Amino acid sequence: MLDQAEGYTTADGRRIGPVVMEMKNITLRFGGVEAIKDISFDIREGEIRAIIGPNGAGKSSMLNVISGFYVPQEGQVFYQGQPRPPMKPFQVARQGIARTFQNIALFEGMSVLDNVMTGRLTHMQTGLFWQSMWKGKAEQEETANREVAEKIIDFLEIQAIRKTPVARLPYGLKKRVELARALAAEPSLLLLDEPMAGMNVEEKEDMSRFILDVNDEFGTTIALIEHDMGVVMDLSDRVVVMDYGKKIGDGTPDEVRNNQDVIDAYLGVAHD
Amino acid sequence: MSEAFLYTVEVFLNGLMAGVLYALVALGFVLIYKASGIFNFAQGVMALFAAMTLVGFQNGQVPFAHLINATFGLHVTNFGWNLHSVVAVFLTVLVMIFLAWAVQRFVFRHLVGQEPIILFMATIGLAYFLEGFADLMWGSEIKTLDLCWSAGHCLPQGGNFWIEDMTAGLGGEGFYGFFIDSLDIVAAVVAMVLVAALVAFAQYTKQGRAMRAVADDHQAALSVGVSLNFIWILVWSLAGFVALVAGIMWGAKSGVQFSLSLIALKALPVLMLGGFTSIPGAIVGGLIIGVGEKLFEFLIGAPFLGGATENWFAYMLALLFLVFRPQGLFGEKIIERV
Repeated sequence: MLDQAEGYTTADGRRIGPVVMEMKNITLRFGGVEAIKDISFDIREGEIRAIIGPNGAGKSSMLNVISGFYVPQEGQVFYQGQPRPPMKPFQVARQGIARTFQNIALFEGMSVLDNVMTGRLTHMQTGLFWQSMWKGKAEQEETANREVAEKIIDFLEIQAIRKTPVARLPYGLKKRVELARALAAEPSLLLLDEPMAGMNVEEKEDMSRFILDVNDEFGTTIALIEHDMGVVMDLSDRVVVMDYGKKIGDGTPDEVRNNQDVIDAYLGVAHD
Repeated sequence: MSEAFLYTVEVFLNGLMAGVLYALVALGFVLIYKASGIFNFAQGVMALFAAMTLVGFQNGQVPFAHLINATFGLHVTNFGWNLHSVVAVFLTVLVMIFLAWAVQRFVFRHLVGQEPIILFMATIGLAYFLEGFADLMWGSEIKTLDLCWSAGHCLPQGGNFWIEDMTAGLGGEGFYGFFIDSLDIVAAVVAMVLVAALVAFAQYTKQGRAMRAVADDHQAALSVGVSLNFIWILVWSLAGFVALVAGIMWGAKSGVQFSLSLIALKALPVLMLGGFTSIPGAIVGGLIIGVGEKLFEFLIGAPFLGGATENWFAYMLALLFLVFRPQGLFGEKIIERV
């Protein structure tokens, strides 16, 4: 099924392209604790890739490695075919990798529109001088980027709260605004850290629909973390399963579901 | 109108003008505090340093003259030229930007993620370092600061005769009109323009948006591709520029001298009133303190308390605010959800 160079076609007929991001033998330690142990996997263009596992499996650490918040002690990250040197998170963001956070990291004091506009910062090139002049180059750039932001806002159906300060929004909407901000960057890889954590069933369904729509409409490559297996299986094309920092499964939802190690990890079989 | 009332109005107006100068210093504090959570004790010394550098450039002083002379047995003090004020201001701005870079590179880059008290201590160290450095670089004599953009067009000194003449008719025989320092009026106008420009910059430019993002949430700012380092240098540069403006106004008023750095202390009560995170708050707080201490001295202090209440009135007012409204007039409300 998996052709290394070309990618593959999903069951519902979507074309999945070549590898965008490859993690090779990643090991991450905090002092003596190994949060990630020698893990390798890849993410392909256009696919929805899930990383699942019980609490404390090292999923969030893995996402933080991809987004540059943590630097692994061993292993190599390849991005668009090139080995990536250790980078600061803002440099990773400028390479086209956008993310959301498990505990929502929005700019609470700013309006929804302003928050989404910060997502466009990586696309705005004019320097301090022209920005201070405001008219001319800076204004054109602002208008163009504003259009993109508005498009995303429409797409995620948050027009009604465009001018509302984020601090006033309920939890579910905040999650959606955070998705909008990440999406505004038009990322080549979108990382979602537990996009459905703390949501009720209805909100989860909404979020699932948005994730699928984003992938469908913009062709965005998405890697997401979730510990709720049910949601992920419907959503994703391929799944990595982690437990105690190790990879215990990798494949399509069906393959993973029938993997004995995965079943043990989720049902809690004693490790010897 | 009774003369007592007119004098009170005059005191009020002068208080307003003094308040503008407090507000200018407080503004520098707010900029840095908002973006990095650092309470910059060195803001007053930065104003002093900026003013000394400006005068030094204007007069063609040789920097580090004492050091050079002592080391090499020379007797240089002056390049023998006088720089145009506009050029000198431009060069001083460059020096303040360099200072911002150096502070970030050599001090705060190494203290990222430290406790606020440690950052605060670092700024106290910075304040004393900068004071000594300014002394070493430009000497410790009191200097006069005259800023002229063209021959005969300088920062005004003394009372504004126009206002005096226009208001002289309001009172009786003994009333000669309101005495208001022309320099204070210039300072007020400059402060207004400066605040408007800063607010516009923060609201409508890409870097301003990034600045607000950093002020709000460091992690989130990183995730949208904002370099914290760049923003911090930018903010310290802006604070350096505000310090220069404050230094020019204070220096032109009372000479460039080391007591200038003490005005930083007066900015503290201003911040207590206005809130540490609000630019409009810094302005309003400055005005309230300025008017408050002048009126209090005039109406209560001098007649009943033996005078010199201006030394402590601002701090008393700040104390009252701390008790009843700790976030200040405009600060973000302190609510912790349990």
